[in-house]
Amino acid sequence: MQQLLNTALGGLTLGMVYAAFALALVLIWRSTRIVNFAQAPMAMVTTFVALVVVDAGHSYWLAFAAALVSGLLLGAVVERLVVRPVEGGPEINAVILTLGLFIVLHALAAVVFGNRYRSFPAPFGVRGLEVGGTTIALTGFGVFTVLAVLVTMGLLLALFRYTDVGLRMRASAFNPEVARLLGVRVGRMLTLGWALASLVGSLAGLLIAGGSLVHPAYMDSVVVYGFVAAVLGGLDSPIGAVVGGLLLGVALSFVSGYVGSQLVALAALVILMLVLTLRPGGLFAQAAARRV
Amino acid sequence: MATALRRGRTWWAGSVLGRHLLVALLGLVVVVVVLESASDFRNLQLASMAYLGIAAGGLTVLTGLNGQISLGHGALMAIGAYTTALLLDDRDAGTPLPLVVLAAVAVTLLVGAVVGAAAARLHGPYLAGATLALAVAVPGIALYFKEQLGGEQGLRVVLPDIPTWVLDLAFFVTGQDLTRSRYVACLAWLTLIVTFVLLANLSRTRVGRRWRAVRDDEVAAELAGIRLGRARVSAFVVSAAAAGAAGAMMAITVRLAAPSGFTITLSLTLLTAVVLGGLGSLGGALLGAALLTFLPQVVTDLGVDAGLSDIQAAELAPLVYGLVMVVVVLVAPAGLVGTARTALLRRRLQRAGTGTSTSTSTDTAAPTSTSTTSKGTTT
Amino acid sequence: MRRRLHRSAPLAAVLAGALLLSACGAGGRSDDGDGGDEGGGGGATAPGVTEDSITIGAHFPLTGVAAPGYNEIPTGAKAYFDYVNAQGGVNGRQIEYLVRDDGYNPTNTSSVTNELVLEEEIFAMVGGLGTPTHSAVVDFLNDEGVPDFFVSSGSLQWGDDPENAPYTFGWQPDYEIEGKIIGQYVAENMPDAKVGLFLQDDDFGDDAEKGVRQFLDEQIVAAERYTSGNTDVGPQIAGLQAAGADLVLAFNTPSYTALSQLVALKLGYQPQWFYSNVGSDADLVGSLLSRFSEGAVEGGSGSLDGVMTTEYIPGVDQPDDPWVQLWQKVWDEHGEKGELTNYRVYGMSHAYAFVQALLAAGEDLTRDGLVEAMEEVGADLDGPQLAPFRYSADSHLGISGLRVVEIRDGAGEDLTPVLVTDIGDAEIAEDDSGQDGDAPPESGVPEAP
Repeated sequence: MQQLLNTALGGLTLGMVYAAFALALVLIWRSTRIVNFAQAPMAMVTTFVALVVVDAGHSYWLAFAAALVSGLLLGAVVERLVVRPVEGGPEINAVILTLGLFIVLHALAAVVFGNRYRSFPAPFGVRGLEVGGTTIALTGFGVFTVLAVLVTMGLLLALFRYTDVGLRMRASAFNPEVARLLGVRVGRMLTLGWALASLVGSLAGLLIAGGSLVHPAYMDSVVVYGFVAAVLGGLDSPIGAVVGGLLLGVALSFVSGYVGSQLVALAALVILMLVLTLRPGGLFAQAAARRV
Repeated sequence: MATALRRGRTWWAGSVLGRHLLVALLGLVVVVVVLESASDFRNLQLASMAYLGIAAGGLTVLTGLNGQISLGHGALMAIGAYTTALLLDDRDAGTPLPLVVLAAVAVTLLVGAVVGAAAARLHGPYLAGATLALAVAVPGIALYFKEQLGGEQGLRVVLPDIPTWVLDLAFFVTGQDLTRSRYVACLAWLTLIVTFVLLANLSRTRVGRRWRAVRDDEVAAELAGIRLGRARVSAFVVSAAAAGAAGAMMAITVRLAAPSGFTITLSLTLLTAVVLGGLGSLGGALLGAALLTFLPQVVTDLGVDAGLSDIQAAELAPLVYGLVMVVVVLVAPAGLVGTARTALLRRRLQRAGTGTSTSTSTDTAAPTSTSTTSKGTTT
Repeated sequence: MRRRLHRSAPLAAVLAGALLLSACGAGGRSDDGDGGDEGGGGGATAPGVTEDSITIGAHFPLTGVAAPGYNEIPTGAKAYFDYVNAQGGVNGRQIEYLVRDDGYNPTNTSSVTNELVLEEEIFAMVGGLGTPTHSAVVDFLNDEGVPDFFVSSGSLQWGDDPENAPYTFGWQPDYEIEGKIIGQYVAENMPDAKVGLFLQDDDFGDDAEKGVRQFLDEQIVAAERYTSGNTDVGPQIAGLQAAGADLVLAFNTPSYTALSQLVALKLGYQPQWFYSNVGSDADLVGSLLSRFSEGAVEGGSGSLDGVMTTEYIPGVDQPDDPWVQLWQKVWDEHGEKGELTNYRVYGMSHAYAFVQALLAAGEDLTRDGLVEAMEEVGADLDGPQLAPFRYSADSHLGISGLRVVEIRDGAGEDLTPVLVTDIGDAEIAEDDSGQDGDAPPESGVPEAP
């Protein structure tokens, strides 16, 4: 019973992290119709920026802010310099480009920051909370993770639903030509979309890193799981991304605990294929008419 | 008039095969000469170039001609390699090598059909993500079934003794003894040539034209009576078969099939080779494979000479790959071969003094991109 | 017509290019006229050996997921070889040490080993790391007759079968004897403990489990395996907790020691931990755990206090040990930037043993001579190892034993004397060789045996 609960709770925290990452993918998908496979290494780089700040003796929260800001900048720079030329082009070029970026950022981080394990601090306790005398697998930092992701999701929802900027971003992505005619500065919206997405990605990176170990490849598994989570939710909806992340996190945690940790990736693949075949629009699509 | 035309057409079809065989024969001669003069080390390097080339050839057909991207070809190679390893587990395994390779191809082909059927419904980023998941998932299977598949340590591959007639033949042709590394290299290149002839031929037939039609415009293709799903699955199956052959050659060259040999890096490497050379071009795939085989050593040595530590220098190779990938997509989306071809074509057109291009797109394996915009790659 | 012929031009051009490329590269080599290495064994001109140099090589993961930590081993070995070179080398020959990156990928191991052996013509492979990686080249090295010394891995296959792999030698105690010694210690001293196993899912965990189960089969209540690379070990630790294990024997790498400790905190799980030597690098784990949160994890090297482990060479936690003092001096003089770590000590320790092997083989250095010398005198070599090597004509396995210690203030406190044994049913006995407590020679360079 306790094992069941703890496995589920562990999956929950992990799922929230996948959710954060999926949110970033959703954001970029909404703003440029590109899946950014370089999202993980971009986040990894910003986590190392935070580590540099911590090493310099500053507080966790300053490092946290530094990572988010550098994420914002990195996203904007990458979009402007590298991604802009392939936007609107064949899908395949964008995929290849972001994969190229993936490799470059990895190698760069290993050269600049060194290829070794380092610990990353957490602002809250990493001891499990006690409920009625037993310790459950939920830490102070875990609670922070859950809250941070929910708040981010809420903000994104509000951005797209209630603000002018959000509407313009959607318009730019959906139909750049028409949006341009309507006076939307499409280029600026695309940059903004990437910058915000990269910021959310950095948040995901910080949440995974907190109270754990980082090295240049520490986010790699999240590339796949974050993508699966986003697709579970339909790749288009922030709520979907979070629910998808949660479901995936819990499911994979059970596979790891009760079947075998070797099969976690296979389980993710099976879940992904099931969703794509049965409900191509994601778990929450009203109409299944979507080109996947 | 009509019969003359038809006769011309049949002759033409025949001549394509003939031309390919001619090139293949020429290639064979070149390969024999090269392998003969190369050292054991170069032979083994050339063998790895060959298996990378085979897999990249299959991938370039899928991505360049049919427009499907796959990040899972490393996993398909793993299936070919494990099949080979299971059949060649000790020296008296007794299965003749050609049969082993065929079995590897057949098994991979079956898996490819299943994956392809699922993939046929997916596009661009979805397909990339799904195949990425495949690449990550497959090595886990080998870990889980430890008893059968050797777990993390993998399965040893024992190359059967070289048949006497091959030794005799080799001695007769070249006048020197056939070393094992040369034998392996010959096998790999022979497989490469056979695969490339088949792929090149296939891409000129009706099947190939369908693949291109689906890539270029789905709606138009469907209106023309092409079954989209079938065209996509068939492209995937052919591509998977090539990956299976590549996996078999890899197993024989490396003498081991282990999960850590089939990480996501391998799949990305293959994609790099294809992009570098130029999507859709077999020659480009081979060129890409050559660069991937010979570049790391050169780059690492340069790094060490420039005073970097071993550890930093080792990161240079992936750094260069990644950069080249980004730059190629941005600057020369048709790849090295495609860009060179476009430049040649343009110069010839200028010399001929005509602005309008004659139709050149019917008989080329690569998408003839006459523009260098990003759309040129896949349109 | 003309155009059609044209289309085949690129393919032919590439093939021709390949010809050119390899012809250029191969040009220098093919007329060396060495039809095979076996034949050329006569005289003192072994490959890789000249009047004043010996070239040796190694494969290590310098990039990729396995690189953190392991990539420090060759820097330690290199520092020691540089130290020896600065003192005049071995028999007047300078050691040239080539390290190649394989990214822990057997395919790459195979190609860099080909490069080292066939192109760089190394005399011997020294310290190649990893079980799956080295598996890919062990046959090749033995076919070519290249001494394959001191494989950096405790798998049994490096030395249990000298007949089939006459050139391969292990170095560290294999995982099975470590498992046996730990198993016996627990059976004798904690007969009531409910034992849980936390195992890396490869030969490391398997060999160790085999050893442990010889003594503890009935006490074991759970065995959980984690997959290297998957950093979420929560479900595995939860499984041990659920099975009620109050003593966990863990066979894992240092980063997983840190991860398992963190997860245990999270779950409120407090068993007695027993980490095998590989995972118990107190210094490294301590630095990994040092930064977590406001006091939730005690920082520094004290964070593993009370944990049991084993040791077979002195490490950086014993700065007063004469061997560690030597390593510190070597690192200060010849190391790269960065601290002396246990990975680097590991590299230096096997480099020391290799210098001993070279000395034992004498001035007329040949590959077979090196192997014979090692079989002859290997078991009597002094060195940092606490127990002697098992080298003989019948066994190429490395260090024969270790001792059980408990970590106090970041350093090991002996719980047993040095215990030695061998694989299979061999008895476990106290070591009487006096290896423990010896000191390196004044110069820091071994003397010819």
